[in-house]
Amino acid sequence: MAEPVILSMRSITKEFPGVRALDDVSLEVRKGTIHAICGENGAGKSTLMKVLSGVYPHGSFDGEIVYQSQPVAFGSINDSERAGIVIIHQELALVPELSIAENIFLGNEPRRGLAIDWDTVRMRATELLARVGLDEDPDTPIKHIGVGKQQLVEIAKALEKDVKLLILDEPTAALNENDSQHLLDLIVGLKAKGVTSIMISHKLNEIEQVSDAITIIRDGRMIETLDIADGDVDEDRIIRGMVGRTLGQRFPERAHTTGEVFFEVRDWTVQHPLSAERLVAKRSSFTVRRGEIVGFAGLMGAGRTELAMSVFGRQYGTWLGGTMHKDGKEIKVRSVPDAIGHGIAYVSEDRKALGLNLLDTIKRSIVSAKLSRISTAGVVDGLQEAQAAEEYRRSLRIKSPSVEHGVDTLSGGNQQKVVLAKWMFTDPDLLILDEPTRGIDVGAKSEIYQIVRELADAGKGVILISSELPELLGLADRIYTIFEGRITGELRAADADQEMLMRRMAPTKGDHE
Amino acid sequence: MTDQVNERRGFLAEFSMLFGKRGSLKEFGILGALIVIVLAFQIATNGTTLAPGNVINIVQSQSYILILAIGMVMVIIAGHIDLSVGSVAAFSSVVVAISMNDWGLPWGVAILIGLGLGVLIGAWQGFWVAFVGVPAFIVTLAGMLLFRGLNQVVGQSRGIGVDPGFVDVLAGYLPEFGPFTGYNNPTLLLGLLAIVAVVVFELRTRARRKRIGADVPPQWVLITRLVLISGAIVAATLLFASGRPGTSFPLSGVLLVAFVLGYGFLTQRTTLGRHIYAVGGNRRAAQLSGVRSRWVDFFVMANMSVLASVAGMMWIARAQAAGPADGVTWELDAIAAVFIGGAAVAGGIGTVAGSIIGGLVMAVLSNGLFAIGTGSDWIQVIKGLVLLVAVAVDVLNKRQGRFSIIALLQRGLTRGRDRDSLSVSS
Repeated sequence: MAEPVILSMRSITKEFPGVRALDDVSLEVRKGTIHAICGENGAGKSTLMKVLSGVYPHGSFDGEIVYQSQPVAFGSINDSERAGIVIIHQELALVPELSIAENIFLGNEPRRGLAIDWDTVRMRATELLARVGLDEDPDTPIKHIGVGKQQLVEIAKALEKDVKLLILDEPTAALNENDSQHLLDLIVGLKAKGVTSIMISHKLNEIEQVSDAITIIRDGRMIETLDIADGDVDEDRIIRGMVGRTLGQRFPERAHTTGEVFFEVRDWTVQHPLSAERLVAKRSSFTVRRGEIVGFAGLMGAGRTELAMSVFGRQYGTWLGGTMHKDGKEIKVRSVPDAIGHGIAYVSEDRKALGLNLLDTIKRSIVSAKLSRISTAGVVDGLQEAQAAEEYRRSLRIKSPSVEHGVDTLSGGNQQKVVLAKWMFTDPDLLILDEPTRGIDVGAKSEIYQIVRELADAGKGVILISSELPELLGLADRIYTIFEGRITGELRAADADQEMLMRRMAPTKGDHE
Repeated sequence: MTDQVNERRGFLAEFSMLFGKRGSLKEFGILGALIVIVLAFQIATNGTTLAPGNVINIVQSQSYILILAIGMVMVIIAGHIDLSVGSVAAFSSVVVAISMNDWGLPWGVAILIGLGLGVLIGAWQGFWVAFVGVPAFIVTLAGMLLFRGLNQVVGQSRGIGVDPGFVDVLAGYLPEFGPFTGYNNPTLLLGLLAIVAVVVFELRTRARRKRIGADVPPQWVLITRLVLISGAIVAATLLFASGRPGTSFPLSGVLLVAFVLGYGFLTQRTTLGRHIYAVGGNRRAAQLSGVRSRWVDFFVMANMSVLASVAGMMWIARAQAAGPADGVTWELDAIAAVFIGGAAVAGGIGTVAGSIIGGLVMAVLSNGLFAIGTGSDWIQVIKGLVLLVAVAVDVLNKRQGRFSIIALLQRGLTRGRDRDSLSVSS
């Protein structure tokens, strides 16, 4: 009845200086199944996959890997790929300037003599794209297709390598719901063709939907493996395993009263930075009250981030028109310093590229957007700086022994807390949070929800951009829906449900299935 | 409360506090290398390397490169490069020489002209880099040709002499005064001032930390630290003060120390300094945090040209004439010093202190090799290899899971510090 075991990792222990990242972890994956690995950030999921794929070569860890009934000793990622194990990382490994076809065959180009056989490349690329359900010209440069399609190209690339065991690290983290669904369907389809998948994900509903077995890792140890066929597996069950406790309410209680409207944008119109005829915001108007969390719902590419970044000192595209008002007065915000000066803060969706300098310490990062608060005449007061940073480390429970540590040593959730601290330090009236919980584990998520709610309760206005509809419905007080640069609806969160939002987020495409 | 904390601190952690709060180990690695090189040559040359005359000579002859390295490290931290410094130095200094020689201007005015030219040239290059967006590599490659050519146009490719007063102030020695002590008195005075400054600074910092309730190192650390620093200053002072009569700690060295302190302060303690690191570390994130990155680019490029002019003037003062081949390959010496000093090619990492030590490694190497009779051909070969190896060691150290003694040491110290910080926070 049960399928044969394709992979068995036995008693894997991996140590880094000062940390035991994996402690006696064992994992068995059956052939032709989708095996999910769950755990909080920093639990050791990615480390386990790096051990498997040879990123950490044989000998740098203890334990044994048996793959297709043979003990294996991968010295590098090339070895594992040759054996048919392909890992797709959270940060996609594609070259933006090269075409889809070139990326699929990068490092593995079919040749005739010394020259690359471009005809074969194109032909096989077209075949592969059809297999992953991507309708694009293989000559299209990667940078011209969205991140959802790029993810499919990664899978095509894996298929080209004759993949037997596909490892996906947070495959849907950056995707909207439609693209996520497409990807999940594809993985299920591959399963039918005999491809085994290991999927690391924080999205428990997706895991529940597609996986056959779930292994839960916590603090570097394997907690348990749940078999979906046995039944009794639901989100609460998984969360309990991951955090070692049941999370009570996932969202903090809503405030009962919100203040008056203090921030308003009217008829905001923004042109795309590259093509003049494309408008990313079309006469958008919205308001924010004191103490209110306002959600922006929309599909990827709807223009939520673009609108937010344009409001934040015109950091996206070209501003064509529209006015901004704060406390009843019109304000001009032409640059980031203007925005910070008017008490506007923007927490970017891409914390590594736009939110943090990964070379900096926690301390320096926290004060970086408002150095004037801890300096006189351009000279930074090191003691005030350390004290301010320490205060945020404690109040936001940033998990690090000291603020002198580099932000690159932190997990995603803690990095996000540093970014939040950085903007809280500017003492803003309006915080724009763009996907604040992307790629963050469940425990840190609820902590961030709590922080956001506390900020609102302290009288600040919050704009919450999120692709996770339950998050918007659970946290926001009021939600605007955005479609193709236009605000298509405004709903009280208490009265709305996912379907109502979806219908306004994709009005021409019909209802969400 | 602090006493309790101190008790719980590991010895290693306390020991590392000797070298300042963070004890930047990378710089101590290079400093260690410098000391090893100095001692090796001291033995190989039977003591001439650390002879007063030779040490004074090294400072005299290398100050200008070290001053270039200060500007260069800021350029490199911000993620740029400057290939034009030699040509800029040559152009500024030839105009300075002409202003004294041909136009008969006093040397004070000539120096102001040199600085002014540095500002103008810097503004020119900064404009192209910051506001037009041409990569600094290209702008300064163009500048390298441009200002080399202008040097030869203006100076008509001849040697142009400079005023004796100019030589005295930029390449001379401190004026002798006071009773006969067997040492050079002004140098002794400088050393004394340095010790007083260090002690006052340390005590004031400590008092302030205590007042605010911040963590202070235990007393033995403070005292050992003061004794070590003072000892080093005393040793250096006596060394520089015991050269042949008429020589002292060189004025070019005084200028260098002033620049090191000033720019060290600027890069580590001011908001402008923070912005330079921020732009180099992640430009877009810096912009989204309100840093006006263009002005940062403009500043580092402009500043570099000003320092190049200073270096050019120091050079012609020492050579007592300006010429068409002044400053050739200076940029490469400065860049080498910066990278040996631990800066990252991609920007965001580097320090003034590290670059100075890097420059001194190269300077001592040249000096010592020359002293033991190596030809300049082989000196170049060796310096090239040293640059390569120094950066390669740095690269390898950053890679995980590879054995290296320095990495091992660093790990030990960091672990000690982690324990220390943990106990403070709990």
